[in-house]
Amino acid sequence: MGQIIAFWILAVITIIAASGVIVQKNVFRSALSLIVCLVAVAGIFVLLSADFLAAAQILIYVGAISVVIILAIMLTREFTKGSPSNRLQLPALIVSVIFFGLLTFAVINTNWQLSATPPQTPTTPALAEEIFGHYGYVLPLEIAGVLILAVIIGAVVIARDK
Amino acid sequence: MTIGLEHYLILSGLLFSIGLYGAITKRNAIVILMSIELMLNGVNIALVAFSRFITPAALTGQIFAIFVIVVAAAEVAIGLAIIISIYRNRDTIDVNKINLMKW
Repeated sequence: MGQIIAFWILAVITIIAASGVIVQKNVFRSALSLIVCLVAVAGIFVLLSADFLAAAQILIYVGAISVVIILAIMLTREFTKGSPSNRLQLPALIVSVIFFGLLTFAVINTNWQLSATPPQTPTTPALAEEIFGHYGYVLPLEIAGVLILAVIIGAVVIARDK
Repeated sequence: MTIGLEHYLILSGLLFSIGLYGAITKRNAIVILMSIELMLNGVNIALVAFSRFITPAALTGQIFAIFVIVVAAAEVAIGLAIIISIYRNRDTIDVNKINLMKW
């Protein structure tokens, strides 16, 4: 029962905050709205018993990415012009609504092979086992490390004052 | 009524569609990046929901979500560096005015 109430509260907060990102005229306010949406998504992860992912979501998205976004808004000073839309508003709305309708149709009409096993509750040891185990994801992990290194160097080079 | 896989998938689809609309219509490059973040979060919800309801023992969906978060962080860092660089050179980040390579 509590899970149902929590799901609906979190889902409504997620959707309202996500709409706020699009609707708000002020770019700074839409960044704050994005942060609310990310926190609500972390709550959804907790409901799905993905505790490690919820912590990672708070640490990486809410802690790091939102700070970088707000820093970029401050640096570009474009927020004085607000957040205008281009001429594609109506076609984009139609495309998004049709896409959402198709997605919902596909989800409802698919016969999902649900598993009855209860979820593992502390997921962190199991995730570590999966990633670093014998047939795990060590190579993708190393590639992700190389990607992060390339991003650090690239961001410094691109954003540097010449 | 219990909350099943369909609820999470429809929530994720709604989040993805809102992000899609924002990514197509907005003119401020930073708002476009924020919309792409919304889309990636919708995808993450779908991955974790599949991992929870269909393969609870394997956790593959959560590992995919972790890699999506890593790539999203990389994308935001490099995207905002490019936006700051463009702003420094052209004094605007309105994507309608950044049309140097358009013919």
